[in-house]
Amino acid sequence: MPAVRIKDHWREQRLFDQRALVCAAVMGLATLALIARLFLLQVSRHEYYADLSQGNRVRTEPIPAARGLIIDRYGELIAGSQPAYQLELVPEEVPDIDETLEKLVQLNLIRAEDVDEIGRTIDSSRTFDSVPIRLRLSDEDVARFAVHRFEFRGVDIKTRQTRWYPNGNVAVHALGYVGAISEQDLKRIDRSAYAGTSLIGKLGVENSFERQLHGVNGSREVLVNAQGRSVERQGAFVPKLQSKAPLAGDDLLLSIDLKIQRVAEAALAGHRGAVVALDPNTGDVLALVSLPGFDPTLFGQGITVAEYRALADDIDHPLFNRALRGTYPPGSTVKPAIALAALTYHAVDPLAHRFCAGSFHLPGSSFIYREYHNEHHGAVDLDDAIARSCDVYFYGLANELGVDRMSTFLGKIGFGQPTGIDIGGEKAGILPSREWKEKTFARPVDRVWFPGETVSFGIGQGYLTVTPIELAHYASIVATRGKIWRPRLVTAYRDPRSGELHRIAPISDGEVQGVAPEDWQRVVHGMIGVTQRGTAAAIGLHAPYTFAGKTGTAQVFTVARTDKYNASKINERLRDHSWFIAFAPADAPRIALAVLEENGGAGASAAAPIARKVLDAYLLDADGKVKPSS
Amino acid sequence: MIYEEITQGSRTRRTLSGAARVLLELRIDGPLVVGLSLIALYGLVVLYSASGQNLPTVLRTVARLVLGTIAMLLLARVNPNFLRRSTPWVYATGCVLLLIVAAIGHVGMGAQRWLNLGLFRFQPSELMKLAVPMMCAWYLHDRPLPPGWGTLTAMGALILVPVALVAVQPDLGTAALIAVAGALVIVLAGLRLRVMAGLLALAAAAAWFGWSFMHDYQRKRVLTFLNPQTDPLGAGYHIIQSQIAIGSGGVFGKGWMNGSQAQLEFLPERSTDFIFAVVGEEFGLLGLMLLLLLYVFVVGRAVYLATQTQDTFARLLAGSLALTFFVYVFINAGMVTGLLPVVGVPLPLVSYGGSSVVTVLAGFGILMALYSRRKLIGS
Repeated sequence: MPAVRIKDHWREQRLFDQRALVCAAVMGLATLALIARLFLLQVSRHEYYADLSQGNRVRTEPIPAARGLIIDRYGELIAGSQPAYQLELVPEEVPDIDETLEKLVQLNLIRAEDVDEIGRTIDSSRTFDSVPIRLRLSDEDVARFAVHRFEFRGVDIKTRQTRWYPNGNVAVHALGYVGAISEQDLKRIDRSAYAGTSLIGKLGVENSFERQLHGVNGSREVLVNAQGRSVERQGAFVPKLQSKAPLAGDDLLLSIDLKIQRVAEAALAGHRGAVVALDPNTGDVLALVSLPGFDPTLFGQGITVAEYRALADDIDHPLFNRALRGTYPPGSTVKPAIALAALTYHAVDPLAHRFCAGSFHLPGSSFIYREYHNEHHGAVDLDDAIARSCDVYFYGLANELGVDRMSTFLGKIGFGQPTGIDIGGEKAGILPSREWKEKTFARPVDRVWFPGETVSFGIGQGYLTVTPIELAHYASIVATRGKIWRPRLVTAYRDPRSGELHRIAPISDGEVQGVAPEDWQRVVHGMIGVTQRGTAAAIGLHAPYTFAGKTGTAQVFTVARTDKYNASKINERLRDHSWFIAFAPADAPRIALAVLEENGGAGASAAAPIARKVLDAYLLDADGKVKPSS
Repeated sequence: MIYEEITQGSRTRRTLSGAARVLLELRIDGPLVVGLSLIALYGLVVLYSASGQNLPTVLRTVARLVLGTIAMLLLARVNPNFLRRSTPWVYATGCVLLLIVAAIGHVGMGAQRWLNLGLFRFQPSELMKLAVPMMCAWYLHDRPLPPGWGTLTAMGALILVPVALVAVQPDLGTAALIAVAGALVIVLAGLRLRVMAGLLALAAAAAWFGWSFMHDYQRKRVLTFLNPQTDPLGAGYHIIQSQIAIGSGGVFGKGWMNGSQAQLEFLPERSTDFIFAVVGEEFGLLGLMLLLLLYVFVVGRAVYLATQTQDTFARLLAGSLALTFFVYVFINAGMVTGLLPVVGVPLPLVSYGGSSVVTVLAGFGILMALYSRRKLIGS
């Protein structure tokens, strides 16, 4: 049995005091530990934490620079900027990006079919940059989002400048368009320079002069709270924040004359084709038409997949820049060049007549080369052969010249190579030659040049292809009797702050060497004949100025040699392409152009009237009198 | 000590003696009340800034302080013998209330802690913060000290039942504080050192056992404490941001209402559990030292009062209340500075919200009652 323990109050009091003392000591130590900890945080590591806290609250927000304007040669606005609301997302602030996009789709603020592309763009953006996910919100969209805003952490509406094209689709293939910065764009741009920029040039001038148009984005530091929302102040204290003003992009002055551009587009309206008009003395592109076109504003607004598909799948290929990238056989428009070649190589006596009975027999071959529409020109000299576009004459000429000389000479006046226009995307036509054939074809039998191919070459059929701009360039070389100016769309930059205009000097690519002045004159005379008594006499009628031209008809479809070509019987899309090149006034040219109407039939009936309208618009004043040259 | 009526002397002296008589009459301790008032006042100043200059929040806290002061004044007048005799009933009532909470309580913030009493909601676990040390002191009152094994076992049960009930709500922080309050009574009662070591080993085993019963968020807190950088935006966010706040405050602080961490809401729970970091950010090391000084003064005074009481129940209870108050402060400051894991323990008298203000002041009321009536014992 254990001893009964008796409470000893005095002992208990002492025991308690002892314990209280121990506890006080422990508390003292704990307090010291706490103070040591505070000392470590607030004194030893103060700098470190101060930096972290600064980084927490200040965020650098980009200020996008205003994109430069694009104006025509007389100062009319072609592309400007307009404020618009857009939806933007800061990836690092969004808890669940997929879910957020899903919810935005449900609110009808983004389209389900765009989610994948938006997701890719977000993935390749910096997590702290604001990524535009929907451009140009309507007022209704803005209201709808405002109601649900609290559900979307990291998503906000921003006012941004978007591109505005006051003339709709006029000159769109020269201008290009701007669109949302895509995953691919991100690979080639400096991301930090584009932070805050939502649109980037995609084609044409907008793309090729992106650097000048874009300007330099500015930035400002903003105070943000833990939700990443920018706030004005913290407590009673308004901190000092840095900012850097953006530098607006340069305005671009184009060589385009919107009046001419509109006349050309109206004349070609309803057809597929291209018109390129140049100032032969500088290379300035006065008009660059490729129809059908499209509304460039669509892309800046955020084109939907369906809208894009509709454009891309359109049988008329509105997105295709025919003027720069469409390659077609030049048809008879090549004849002045062949004539020049023959004259230069002394392969022809220009005054000698050849007899045209409607067909040509290549010596040593049973093959028959027919005259277009089975015409019989009778006895023709060089001048006549150009004016009346006698195929038989040129079959013979080509045969005598041979492929090598034709190829070499055509190369000198621009065939088979890009003109070097100052916007991207230009494609070169094909200038065939023996070497070209050997390089291009795989089968040995195809790699040999046949004499029959030389004959087709002489009237611009066969392998020879050109783009409309190449042909316009060629027309302007003939117009200036051999001077080669590189085509250009942009003639000057303008600093938007100072208004100072920096003109760009025209670029000369030299001169065609070895052609005698009288030979130029002979060919030009033949071309004047085209519009006065030749194939295009009807459209040259009553022109208050003299102009030189050449029709061309490019075969799309080979008619069996025994059949007659009957345009009305052939499917519209298989009809011949109609060409016309011209320059005026013939003795002191101020404009040179090429007109192509796809499947337009004969050059004289489709393309030539369009060319006349453009020439009239450029050369005549309101009273129908020729304007003095400036 | 005998207070004599002072009829002559300077005006100041007369005023002071008058105040002393009022305090005596109210049976409250002057130094303790001054210390508590200064902490509360400091707290209100900080809270105004920490709440984002929200005056209603400050006014609600003032209301709670008034409520707590009334509780303190009332309890200070209670006869300690009556308090001791009613202790088992208070304890039993608390346990029953905890059972009711477990059955029908109101779920708030993912945990079932509240009883809705119509006019106000009430956390029975707060009551247990006082009832458990009271019960422990009551149990030891008539027993010889230091306690033997049998006594310890019984007390273990007395402590663990309410602790378990609170822990399953789940409110680990409060459960731990209740356990600490009970355990401190035993420690003060003179528990032998080797027994203490054995119990610590047992506690370690219990902790391991408890780990398997923890909710995910509780486990996460423990893991994050061990390495906050593993999850900077998730569970580690609290600790990282509070250390940035304190550290960036430096020695002098960023100034009242100028703490960017707190004002821009980078600091979570800035007006409640993490208000200590706001003090550190805006008033710097000096501000924190001042606050700690006030706390140490209050705890020191309370421990002194405890040693001056004259029976076992009063001594143990008063000592436990004083030490528990320190534990609150230390756990909160420790968690905010990254010394201890994040457990939801408010900084007493400064943190916004909850009934803890009332509980703390009520505890000091009891402490004062035990001290002021000491002369009655044995008379």
